[in-house]
Amino acid sequence: MAETATREFLHNLHELPHTVKDACFRLGKTPESEREESQATFHNLFLHIHSVRVHVRTLKPTLTFGLGLMATASFVITIITGVLLMVYYKPSTDLAYQSIKDIHFTVSTGRFIRNIHRWSAQLMVLTVLLHMARVFFTASYKKPREFNWLVGLGLMVITLALSFTGYLLPWDQLAYWAITIGSNIANSPRELTDAIGITKFFDPGGFQKRLLLGANYVGEDALIRFYVLHVFVLPLTLVTLLGVHFWRIRKDGGLAKPEDPMGGLAEWGGERRTVFQPLATKTYGLMALVKGKRPPVNRGPENTVMSWPHLFWAELSVFMITVATTLILSFYSDAPLKELANPAIPENPAKAPWYFLGIQELVSYSAFTGGLLIPVIVVVGLALIPFLDRRPGGEGTWFGTKSERSVFWQSFFFALAVSVGMLAFTVNYGWLRSWFPNIHQLWIIAINPGSLLVLIFAAWSLFILKRKDSVRLAAVSLFTCFLVGFTILTYFATVHRGPNWHFYWWPSQWPVH
Amino acid sequence: MSRLDPPRINRRSFLSLASLGSFFAALGTAAAGIFRLPNPAVLPGPVRRFKLGPPEQFSAGSETAFGEQNLVLFRDDDGFYAISSTCTHLGCTVARSKDGFACPCHGSRFDSKGSVIGGPAPRPLPWLEVSRAANGDLVVNADNEVPEGTRYRV
Ligand code: HEM
Ligand code: FES
Repeated sequence: MAETATREFLHNLHELPHTVKDACFRLGKTPESEREESQATFHNLFLHIHSVRVHVRTLKPTLTFGLGLMATASFVITIITGVLLMVYYKPSTDLAYQSIKDIHFTVSTGRFIRNIHRWSAQLMVLTVLLHMARVFFTASYKKPREFNWLVGLGLMVITLALSFTGYLLPWDQLAYWAITIGSNIANSPRELTDAIGITKFFDPGGFQKRLLLGANYVGEDALIRFYVLHVFVLPLTLVTLLGVHFWRIRKDGGLAKPEDPMGGLAEWGGERRTVFQPLATKTYGLMALVKGKRPPVNRGPENTVMSWPHLFWAELSVFMITVATTLILSFYSDAPLKELANPAIPENPAKAPWYFLGIQELVSYSAFTGGLLIPVIVVVGLALIPFLDRRPGGEGTWFGTKSERSVFWQSFFFALAVSVGMLAFTVNYGWLRSWFPNIHQLWIIAINPGSLLVLIFAAWSLFILKRKDSVRLAAVSLFTCFLVGFTILTYFATVHRGPNWHFYWWPSQWPVH
Repeated sequence: MSRLDPPRINRRSFLSLASLGSFFAALGTAAAGIFRLPNPAVLPGPVRRFKLGPPEQFSAGSETAFGEQNLVLFRDDDGFYAISSTCTHLGCTVARSKDGFACPCHGSRFDSKGSVIGGPAPRPLPWLEVSRAANGDLVVNADNEVPEGTRYRV
């Protein structure tokens, strides 16, 4: 007896490499049949958020440009590098700056990791914005994807909040003054409540600022709050929402695509065949239990291919492109670190990161209108799109409905002319306060270059609505105006605003001090 | 009564309503609490009463910038006055310019009495309360605003 147990034990020991491998990799080999390929997909926690088959159209790089994936990839990179930075970073006003300096100058690979964190964060903001634009211009927010559009907006807001909170952590001049400005923007409803004289009774601005800073100036309490938000609360919320986002894509039947793109036919095995139509009376496995246009089971229905390997190779390559881009940027360009925060003298000019500079330009007209009102209007407007434009059509196709492309270009040049004209006027002639020094602040809150831009864009979109008799085209015109306006303001504030927020043609002309 | 009689269903629906109700009540209370806690009851921060030295140190017609305290102290023939150098727009520190003060952040401009003459600042720069400490030193209380034009005579 004892002998057999010993032998069994030795045998198991001998087989150990195989049995462990089999336990970890269920399939144990590269899948060969479609059956095995589908098993490879749904036996893996990380792969099974994909359906087993995907439509060939959604695999075409020019549908999505992989933008959502790039955002995901840059987020993963920021998480990994962020945890590494946490090893040395100390969230206290006395130590923060020195610890970043240590990371940058003494910790081995510290500077590289810090650069990667910076660059991937920027890349994430950029790709999220572009991803939203692609979802919009391919009309992919339409039924049943309204909810996912909202989830996406939530993700965008959290992405911006992440980069805002991260900006304070180095506790250098740039950080200190950008957050001073940012928290006073949270305080800016006071501009309105002061102007009508009710701040004593109703002070939402003060409340928001206290919530953000835990004090009425940027200090220790603010740093701890931003730190907690940046390394825990916001990433966790983002991961959770991202899970919902991905899950919804799956439940909404994969990426948006035109209704029956090939007119009832499908390419299969080199020939065209009639599309497989699932029967209402039949059950096609688990997938048939959920409502919606899922890729049906069975072979060769409507131009789908196996996710393994087609989709996964595509995803891996987008991922690697993102990694390569951040690595190259981080190798050649260092994240900035200014002098230690000095509450007595601001940076001049004190600029926020580039994606907030559009808002900073608006804020230079009116803190409340530019810093809160217009951003809120924009986010609410974006959120309403799928609920105001409900007529199906154009899903999953760039500029899919009639005359969309021409409305896009018309709106593009219209918005370009209006934004540039407005900026040129403001730079040359100033605004109400320079003409009527004693004017009531309410006038400036209501009428300033920012609010006028919003009004003109809205009027243009109404004009398109009437003229083209199409809600989608009105939405296209408004969204295009928003994109162009945002880009121009961002560009303008980045390049053409110098010390004292004066206009300069180039940064090289800034006076030295 | 048998176990399948209707009253059981009613009791059950009462229980589910009650649990649902208590759930939302708790959720609301928790949400209020979540916002209550980070709203500080006492604002931490240094005392913003600054001793600036004996009055004789400042001659008539002089102006002295106190960078760390974020204020500028003036003395003219009528007395002393102090103007805050924190911009009323979004809190940057203004610098002295030819005609008054200029803010580096979004270009607000103020005249030498602190009134807005350009840019986005919604209010004039506050005038701060000037007084004297027991030992005779000038004291500025940066938390107390006084009307424009107020002077402190020694
Ligand atoms: C952290 C930010 C975000 C991440 C990581 C993310 C990720 C993704 C990914 C990987 C996809 C798959 C398709 C693709 O790559 O384009 C996707 C689809 C989608 N996203 Fe996002 N997204 C984000 C933000 C947004 C925003 C800001 C919006 C819009 C307001 C949005 C709305 C959508 C919608 C509606 C789909 C489905 C598109 C379709 O069916 O064709 N997402 N997202
Ligand atoms: S903070 Fe002074 S102009 Fe904005």
